Amino acid sequence: MTTTPLIQIRDVHKSFGNKRVLNGVNLDMASGESVVVIGGSGTGKSVLLKCILGLLTPESGSIRVDGVETINMPDIGREVTLQRFGMLFQGAALFDSLTVWENVAFALIQGRKMRKQEAKSIALTKLAQVGLGPDVGELNPSALSGGMQKRVALARAIATDPEILFFDEPTTGLDPIMGDVINDLIVKCTRELGITALSITHDMASARKIADRIAMIHNGRIIWQGPVHSIDTVDNEHVHQFVRGLADGPIKMDVLAP
Amino acid sequence: MFIAFIAAVGRLSIFTAMGMKHCVRPPIYLDLLIRQMISIGYYSLPVVGLTALFTGMVLALQIYSGSSRFNAEGAVATIVVIGITRELGPVLAGLMVAGRVGAAMAAEIGTMRVTEQIDALTTLSTNPFKYLVVPRLIAGATMLPILVFIGDIIGVFGGYLIGTTKLDFNSSTYLKNTFDFLEISDVVSGLVKAAAFGFIVSLMGCYHGYHSRGGAQGVGRATTNAVVSASILILASDYIITELFFSK
Repeated sequence: MTTTPLIQIRDVHKSFGNKRVLNGVNLDMASGESVVVIGGSGTGKSVLLKCILGLLTPESGSIRVDGVETINMPDIGREVTLQRFGMLFQGAALFDSLTVWENVAFALIQGRKMRKQEAKSIALTKLAQVGLGPDVGELNPSALSGGMQKRVALARAIATDPEILFFDEPTTGLDPIMGDVINDLIVKCTRELGITALSITHDMASARKIADRIAMIHNGRIIWQGPVHSIDTVDNEHVHQFVRGLADGPIKMDVLAP
Repeated sequence: MFIAFIAAVGRLSIFTAMGMKHCVRPPIYLDLLIRQMISIGYYSLPVVGLTALFTGMVLALQIYSGSSRFNAEGAVATIVVIGITRELGPVLAGLMVAGRVGAAMAAEIGTMRVTEQIDALTTLSTNPFKYLVVPRLIAGATMLPILVFIGDIIGVFGGYLIGTTKLDFNSSTYLKNTFDFLEISDVVSGLVKAAAFGFIVSLMGCYHGYHSRGGAQGVGRATTNAVVSASILILASDYIITELFFSK
C-alpha cells in the first residue's frame, strides 16, 4: 500500500511572456520530510515555491496538498490551506509599519483573531526560540541586522505552529556563522518539531545540513533527486558541476563578454 | 498600443470590481480604516485648507475685476460661493490629495510589493485586498467630502476676507449675497464629486502600487502614474458628474 504524499507536484508549467520558467516539474514530499531544491539563479526555484503557495498560477499541471488540488482554488479554500503553511522569504519581508513582536504575532491576531496580549506572549516565546530577547520585540524591523531579520522572519513563520514550512534562500546575504545559526534553527524546527520543509537554495553547505532529500532543478525541470548523502557520488554531470561549483560543464552561463 | 490600452482598462476594471466586492464583505479592518481616515482626512487638512483659502481670495479679486467691466460687482459673493462649492473646492482638493495621499499610497504599497511583503500577507492567511486596498478606498471616499466641506467654508471665508477688506463690500451684504443665491444642490454636487474623487485617488494609488514591478525604479514609476492618472480621471469624472447634475 502506498501513502499519498503531503505535497504532490505533477507536470507543472509556468511562463512569463516568452520565457518558460517551469517546464514540467514533478516532485513529491512526504510528511515530516525536509526537501531542498538546488539550482542556479533563474532556474525557477522561487517560482516553484510561489506556485505551490498560490502566489503564482501555473499554466498547466497539478499541485496537490494532502490530495487536494490547489491550482485555481477559491480564495476561502486557499486561506484555509495556507493556514497549514509557514514561509521564510529571501529578504525576510517583515512589515515595516509593525514592531517585531507584531510581525511575529500577525497571523495569530489577523488570521486567528487572538487577543493581542495572548498573541504577544506567544510571539515572545517564538522569538526566544530563535534566540531573540523580549527587548527586540519592541523594535522596528529596520533597526535589525540582516541575520536578526531572518530570525524574526523564522519566528513569524513558526508562530502558528504550521505543518509545512517553506524556506526561500534562507542563508543568502548572511555571513557563514549567521548562516549556520539559521541552518541550525531550521533543523531544530523541522526535525524536533516534525515539520515538513521545502527549502530552495544554492548554498550547498546549507543544503547538506537541512536536507533529508535533495532535488536539482535545471531548465525548469527536476533533473535529479535523491538522499542528501548521495549528492557527492551521484552520476549526473549537472549535479556534479553544481555541487562542486565548476565553471566548466554542461551548465553554461550566459557570459556575453570574454 | 491600442491592445495594451484595452488590457490596462481591463486590469483596472477587474481591480476596481475586486476592491468594491471586498468593501462589502467582512472582515473590515477597523483599526486600519481609522488610521487611513486620519492619514487622508486630518493630515490633508492644512494643504486643502490653504488651497481653498487662497482660491477664494483669488476668485474674489478676479471676479471683481471682470464683473466691473459690465457693472456687475454685486455678483462677486454669489459667484465665489457657487464657484467654490460646485467646482473649485472639490477639484482642487482632489488634485491636492492626489499629490499628497495618492503618491504616498502607491509608494507604500509598491514598496511592499517589491519587498515581497504583499506575498507575505497572503502566506499569513490575510487577503491583501482586504488589508491594504479596502481601508484606503473607504477612507478616500468618506474623508474627501468632509475635507471639501471644510474647504468650502474656508474658501468662502477667503472671498469674504478680500471682499470686505480690499474691495470695500459691506460685511452683511456680502454674506447675504453669499447665502441668498446658494442652493443645496450646489453643495451636494460638490460633495458627491468629492466622494468620487476620493475613491479615484485611493484606487489609483492602490492599483499602481499593487502592480508595481522592478525595484526602486518601478516604485517611482508607480508613484508618478498614480498621481497623473488620478488627476486626469478627476478632471474627466468632474465633467461627467457636472453633466449629470446640471445638464438641461
